[in-house]
Amino acid sequence: MATKVLERKPLSLAERSYLPQIVGGLKITMRNMLKPPVTLEYPDERPEIPVGYRGVPTLVRDPNGREKCVSCQLCEFVCPPKAIRITPGEIPEDAETAHVEKAPKEFEINMLRCIYCGLCQEVCPEEAIFLQDIYSVTGYTREEFAFKKEKLYELGGTLPDKHFKWDKKKAAEEHGNPHH
Amino acid sequence: MAVKEISIGDIGARAAAADEEFKGDEMVINMGPSHPATHGVLRLKVEVNGETVKACDPIIGYLHRGDEKIAENMTYNQFIPYTDRLDYIGPIHNNVTFAIAVERLAKLEVPPRCQAIRVICCELARLQSHLLGAGVYGMDTGALTVFMYTFTQREKLYTLMEQLTGARFTTSYTRIGGLARDIPEGWLGHVRKVVDEMEPVLDEIDALLSRNRIFYDRTVGVGVITKEDAIAYGLTGPCLRASGVPLDLRKDKPYCGYEQYDFDVPIGTNGDSYDRWLVRLEEMRQSIRIIKQAIDKMPDGPFYAEEAKKIFAPPKKKILTSMEELIQNFMIVTEGPQMPPGEVYFEAENPKGALGFYIVSRGGGVPYRLKIRSPSFCNLSIVPKIMPGHMIADIPVILGSLDFVMGECDR
Ligand code: SF4
Ligand code: SF4
Repeated sequence: MATKVLERKPLSLAERSYLPQIVGGLKITMRNMLKPPVTLEYPDERPEIPVGYRGVPTLVRDPNGREKCVSCQLCEFVCPPKAIRITPGEIPEDAETAHVEKAPKEFEINMLRCIYCGLCQEVCPEEAIFLQDIYSVTGYTREEFAFKKEKLYELGGTLPDKHFKWDKKKAAEEHGNPHH
Repeated sequence: MAVKEISIGDIGARAAAADEEFKGDEMVINMGPSHPATHGVLRLKVEVNGETVKACDPIIGYLHRGDEKIAENMTYNQFIPYTDRLDYIGPIHNNVTFAIAVERLAKLEVPPRCQAIRVICCELARLQSHLLGAGVYGMDTGALTVFMYTFTQREKLYTLMEQLTGARFTTSYTRIGGLARDIPEGWLGHVRKVVDEMEPVLDEIDALLSRNRIFYDRTVGVGVITKEDAIAYGLTGPCLRASGVPLDLRKDKPYCGYEQYDFDVPIGTNGDSYDRWLVRLEEMRQSIRIIKQAIDKMPDGPFYAEEAKKIFAPPKKKILTSMEELIQNFMIVTEGPQMPPGEVYFEAENPKGALGFYIVSRGGGVPYRLKIRSPSFCNLSIVPKIMPGHMIADIPVILGSLDFVMGECDR
């Protein structure tokens, strides 16, 4: 096994006089002083947020404006700090998206509880909940931090759908083949 | 007037007896729990005679969150965000250790690419942790500049974590059987650049402190832990190796494919605070060596074990389109992955020492019992032994050299 014994020498007379350290230390300080600053002037300069950043969880609509969430409550179940509260609701029979059957009546994510772990996004079977790159949420009261459905959709916006499975289902039903 | 006595049983009696020891002629002072030099919420009860410490008793538990109990009430993957908050100085290593422990229970093998990514993550966590340890240790001994330099480097590691996991601090990156996602395009190049830039900075902080007489005088011979004591008190990690015991789980019980990498285990000769500093400094250099090898050898292939998909998470694309997988997804999320009954103990070489998870499963989706062996807790147990005889000003130096983190100690 490769072990490396870290030997140490006692300080030499010169080293005991502090002088070489002061000179050497100042050299390092000078070198670092001439380097460009490493800090950001925060509110004016913003850090670059990489793709896939786990910020505020939001709800998204599909390109046709349909709420993607079907209120299966899986995200509510998996959320470790229990930040999500969902009240499922029916979609009215005469609505254009009636074939989806369910949508959340109320959907609330408490941003003070959320730990931005991303598990909700991972388990969602509808790709309806996404963590966005918003990282500074501010407010004056605790109530403000419990984001309601409207706010979540507003932050989430629209996301392209890869599968359009509900549209396919509707088309199949119209063709008299409800199992495809 | 008769005073009614209320019995609080054994615990009360024990606490009173412990207090009794401190009722000598000496003065008892209190350090912490919010004292900056105690590195987190640690409280020290110190008995002093003048400036000399006669006895020192660490009082812990201020950060207790009941993580072990919480684990019994959630599925294995749900617990991963909680492991971030153990050793929060290098959170991604806890993710990896926990994932491997559960994989051992489920008898899963992860693909080589996943292992290599995990090794890079572990070593980055070690760098994170030791950079903080070194920087704060400089502050404890009165050298503020080193802290600035190490934190500049740590910041870059956070940026790497952000690119990899989506979060700077609470990484939650591993999943049982693999990882949350693959490494992003060009990430390995960033890692190489960051570690390349870090090497000269390590030399710089070495030059600033190691041969500095003030630092030397303040740390040499302070807080000596003998080999025998280190073993008897169950010390692990850099604190153990500084005492001259070459135990490193990466070498002795390789996991994650550590046997493929070439690195040295630094050990100290005297076991004092200065040795612990030297060991950490050298470990950072070795970590950089490992990272470079891992980048060069990075295998292609999947980052998630095929078999694990059956137990833990069906592929997302399938969930969206196929009924079968959709139902399976619901089953796994609501009931937890179906694990075999049994028990497993796995410990890995975390930056602070050996972090172990002991999991008892009775089958089903949640652990029956999950015990965390935290290195900081064990390392801290030596404090009453090594403190007496030192000056009050040595307390921060010794605590700093032990480099513990209370999130893990109190869990
Ligand atoms: S966001 Fe997704 S997981 Fe949550 S209730 Fe809606 S469809 Fe289900
Ligand atoms: S990100 Fe995590 S904590 Fe936040 S709502 Fe989703 S599951 Fe809950």
